[in-house]
Amino acid sequence: MTDDDHVFKALADPTRRFLLDLLFQRDGRTLKELESGLAMTRFGVMKHLRILENSGLVVTRRSGREKLHFLNAVPIRMIHDRWIDKYREREVSALLALKADLEKKDEPS
Amino acid sequence: MTDKAATTQVYRIVIKASAQAIWDAITKPEWTERYAYGGRAHFDLKKGGRFWHQASAEMKSVGLPDELIVGEVIESDPPRKLVHTWHPMFNADTAAEPHTCITYEIQENQGGMCTVTLTHDVTGAPLVAGMVPGGGDPVRGGGGWPWTLSDLKSLLETGKRM
Repeated sequence: MTDDDHVFKALADPTRRFLLDLLFQRDGRTLKELESGLAMTRFGVMKHLRILENSGLVVTRRSGREKLHFLNAVPIRMIHDRWIDKYREREVSALLALKADLEKKDEPS
Repeated sequence: MTDKAATTQVYRIVIKASAQAIWDAITKPEWTERYAYGGRAHFDLKKGGRFWHQASAEMKSVGLPDELIVGEVIESDPPRKLVHTWHPMFNADTAAEPHTCITYEIQENQGGMCTVTLTHDVTGAPLVAGMVPGGGDPVRGGGGWPWTLSDLKSLLETGKRM
């Protein structure tokens, strides 16, 4: 899988998106804090966090005895730049082409 | 973006380049002017050395100060780790906040890839904390670290900007 595949796969799950939202609200949380927001076993939450970590969307840091989870927005930014901007541009140019086309038809032949 | 209680932000990107190339792109002015917001970063790479980010001609033309961001080098271990303070002077409100601290860690992986982790300790600086995650239009200064690192990756891997 490419890096993009890992990110899309990680984002394709509501629990993982919920975990990202929790970190978006407040960054640097422990597993214990994160699992308290979910009706799921600790093991289940850990599994989701591992997928998020492997995709680069979550980065962990040790702080004393605690492992803190941070949201890393960089992969989302890259998806935005590579995919969303690209298609938005095409949409705009398609509209411009349509406009040019229509205007041409308005001209008396 | 985040709660004010959050004092540290972490940004990570994988770049296909040598650790030295990435180190140079972060610490040398001839590189920093080629990506993200541009401008020339000047580092005196020793403990206690001065750091300052010099505004580009374009930034100065819109009234930004020559010394855009100032700071001090805390630790320099080329090409693996750089710690320095970061105090934006381009805005009176952020200038009034205490200085923040940035740590770059560059880790070499297999296959000529490096993992770059930028940790920004924004303790006591809520305005900076709200500014650096970006989320706005990069052209209007809203790109933040995700955009900056993404653009750095583009430049090093393709020789071109995004």
